[in-house]
Amino acid sequence: MKKLTHLERLEAESIQIIREVAAEADKPVMLYSVGKDSAVMLHLARKAFYPSPPPFPLLHVDTTWKFKAMYDLRDKMAEMSGMELLVYNNPEAKEKGINPFDHGSLHTDMWKTEGLKQALDKYGFDAAFGGARRDEEKSRAKERIFSFRTSSHGWDPKNQRPELWNLYNAKKARGESIRVFPISNWTELDVWQYIRLENIPIVPLYFAEKRPTFEWEGGLFMADDPERLEKVLGYMPEITEKSIRFRTLGCFPLTGAVESEASTLTEVIQETLLTTTSERQGRVIDKDAGGAGMEVKKQQGYF
Amino acid sequence: MADIETKESAYVVDKLIAEDIDSYLDQHEHKTMLRFITCGSVDDGKSTLIGRLLYDSKMIFEDQLDALANDSKKVGTQGQEIDFALLVDGLAAEREQGITIDVAYRFFNTEKRKFIVADCPGHEQYTRNMVTGASTSDLAVILIDARKGVLVQTRRHSYICKLLGVKNIVLAVNKMDLVDYSQEVFDKILADYREFAESIGIENFTAMPISGYKGDNITTLSENTPWYKAPEYAGVPLIEHLETVEVLTSDDADKPFRMPVQWVNRPNLDFRGFSGQIATGVVKPKDKIRVLPSGKTSTVSKIVTFDGELEEAGAGQSVTICFEDEIDCSRGSVISVADAPPQTADQFESTFVWMADEAMVPGRAYWMKIGTQMVSASVAEPKYEINVNTMEELAAKTLELNSIGVAEMTTDKQIVFEPYTENRQLGGFILIDKMTNATVAAGMINFSLRRSQNVHWQAVDISRKQHADLKNQKPAVLWFTGLSGSGKSTIANLVEKKLHRMNRHTFLLDGDNVRHGLNKDLGFTESDRIENIRRVGEVSKLMTDAGLIVITAFISPFQADRELVRAMLPEGEFLEVFIDTPLKVAEARDVKGLYKKARAGELKNFTGIDSPYEAPRNPEIRVDTTKLSPEEAADLIVDTLLGDV
Repeated sequence: MKKLTHLERLEAESIQIIREVAAEADKPVMLYSVGKDSAVMLHLARKAFYPSPPPFPLLHVDTTWKFKAMYDLRDKMAEMSGMELLVYNNPEAKEKGINPFDHGSLHTDMWKTEGLKQALDKYGFDAAFGGARRDEEKSRAKERIFSFRTSSHGWDPKNQRPELWNLYNAKKARGESIRVFPISNWTELDVWQYIRLENIPIVPLYFAEKRPTFEWEGGLFMADDPERLEKVLGYMPEITEKSIRFRTLGCFPLTGAVESEASTLTEVIQETLLTTTSERQGRVIDKDAGGAGMEVKKQQGYF
Repeated sequence: MADIETKESAYVVDKLIAEDIDSYLDQHEHKTMLRFITCGSVDDGKSTLIGRLLYDSKMIFEDQLDALANDSKKVGTQGQEIDFALLVDGLAAEREQGITIDVAYRFFNTEKRKFIVADCPGHEQYTRNMVTGASTSDLAVILIDARKGVLVQTRRHSYICKLLGVKNIVLAVNKMDLVDYSQEVFDKILADYREFAESIGIENFTAMPISGYKGDNITTLSENTPWYKAPEYAGVPLIEHLETVEVLTSDDADKPFRMPVQWVNRPNLDFRGFSGQIATGVVKPKDKIRVLPSGKTSTVSKIVTFDGELEEAGAGQSVTICFEDEIDCSRGSVISVADAPPQTADQFESTFVWMADEAMVPGRAYWMKIGTQMVSASVAEPKYEINVNTMEELAAKTLELNSIGVAEMTTDKQIVFEPYTENRQLGGFILIDKMTNATVAAGMINFSLRRSQNVHWQAVDISRKQHADLKNQKPAVLWFTGLSGSGKSTIANLVEKKLHRMNRHTFLLDGDNVRHGLNKDLGFTESDRIENIRRVGEVSKLMTDAGLIVITAFISPFQADRELVRAMLPEGEFLEVFIDTPLKVAEARDVKGLYKKARAGELKNFTGIDSPYEAPRNPEIRVDTTKLSPEEAADLIVDTLLGDV
């Protein structure tokens, strides 16, 4: 037997985790954000159950502010995988017209944190897969693969269950739920290499292309829907064509673009390896509340 | 920024990335992986070492470095210099305390390997975290402060590594810069450690003199320790050793084939496969297999994956296996090579590491998860506890948080297993508290007990306490009393449902199941009513002896009778629940039309009409049904009961 490579070991581990959840949870769901990590996680789920389709639906907690290319890929991947796609919009956020420009962090709270809680409660899911990785952020480095949430979706970092060997304890009381992170042990480079090795479809926004951009509060953003932008900003920002790509994908007004010429997967990987700023820097969310931003958000129920 | 020694590291910045990214990626797709733990005492510099490894392997980005430089000035312990430990100490609370309190996982790459590091705290009360980190590690780096030498903690960490079967051990003698890179100091520590290691059965380890802070012997051999190149030493820097060391757990592939079944894959009637991750050995189509515990045999027809059928699959791979015959196989089964199956048994001697604040309760039933099997298991009083500092065997009645001990255990059915030293996956298990669902212990099976050797505590009479412990509860009688139509049965039913949902073992005694059988010789005269209550009291007592929570719903109008039952039971186990509904309300409801009949004289001795009701003077629980809904009343009763337990 040849020795397993690091990607083969990671893949086998993730598949084992995904199957454990399918076997032990009452009603699992896979959170699908359409980013590259979600793409890898979905691919692993398809591998775990082949020739069956994964025995759980995909859930997209949508903010209505995602890039158009993300909605396109989302629908295509749901069809390809044979999985049911559930899309949830927080009705309150919709009604109040919450948007990233006027409402700052409230946008994330309402659409994503609240939206996620509402969606999980609405469908009664007791286990939700997420594509977070431990190398992304400090508080995630200590989070378990099976991470418990109280009935109000809070996370208690001081009271985590020990995880030994590959034995996961999925027992929980009524009302409690689990977030499961099957690609916890993958790094950003692992994810890219695996996408390359397995030809996994990802949103074209990861690749550089000439796109309409505007500057806002010191960052470079893509003008994905200029009419809507004008409506929310109250003015039409100056739009210039630039060759840009995204290192991470979220809501288009919250996700900073980088100027780049990397238009193929290998070029993107090359740029990633040579770059000196970390992945989440383009996202505004981690900067709240000093170094503990993500930890606080997680305690409140953010994924 | 300027103060820190930022030697360009030789192994990471690869020109290939810039010049020929495709070759670089091809090369990196074939890397292997090494998982290791770092363990040491609080100030041995673990976090600093890991921070250094990340830093030297360019896993720290510029923005993180800027943040780090800021944090270092604010809360760092290295003056104006970069405090690497801050990179690694994740959670806000512990950053303030200045200690790592949990297992954190870190990642870095070199040309040859991807590394996953479990950062394990050395703090006394956190043995459980080290055990957790060691359980998935191929190698352990045990840190020693060169100024302090082999400490009690060093012994404990080494013992845990040995216990968990971590076969590769690196003894990193850190802070060599603070002892002037002295060879004598290093040699003394090496000799001390060797003596101890041999005494606990660690045959091999690799010792190296390093400084995580200064970077000596981390990525390149240090000029400060020229003596380290002498043949009696390893003579390699830490990274090089980590990159090249043989991962001994990979010999799992040479053991007999075993795969615990996780999930039965059945997309349609024509396909039935068994999915799992291969624990040990290799499997090929046409291999004869045996399914445990049933012992049925068949032949592998194909090994299915998303990427096509495989000619062979080995330890560590996640696959789906199909058989030529339709034999019984489901989650929890273990598929094995036909002629060398693992054992099955239901009594074992195991070593336990207790991981919960609440100590082990001998005799209590816990969930035991071993591989994909989930069974109920009880642990006997420990044979002994191991003092992890001195390795002495101490007498113990129980195991407390962070203690390690050996005890016998029984499972409620036969499980498929192998001793932990032979097979981590089929010998390692966790225990889960049935009430709190917490993972309370890690265990390693040493061996099974022959059927003739009864587990010691089974031979003694089963006591009242053991009955209750097995059910994880304190027995009690919830004695409902109140007028006819007051809502006793409705609320009692709700209470039982709620308790049942919470995994409590209960039994509801009411007129329906008692009057028709046990008490069918009794009528409704005063003496018969007293006898009725006495019998119900005796039955309740027997049921509490069996460990149950008994709920009774009888009018039981007389104070003296209720006191009689109270006196039968141990202090605190009788809870009088007064369902307080005024007569006029009960009569107005008159669900069964009994009041009407009684008023019409068709029913004699009817409580409240022509027979008195003595309300409890000091009930444990009083429910005012004019204010509380049945749901609210049931919640109140359950909360009071469990708050009391």
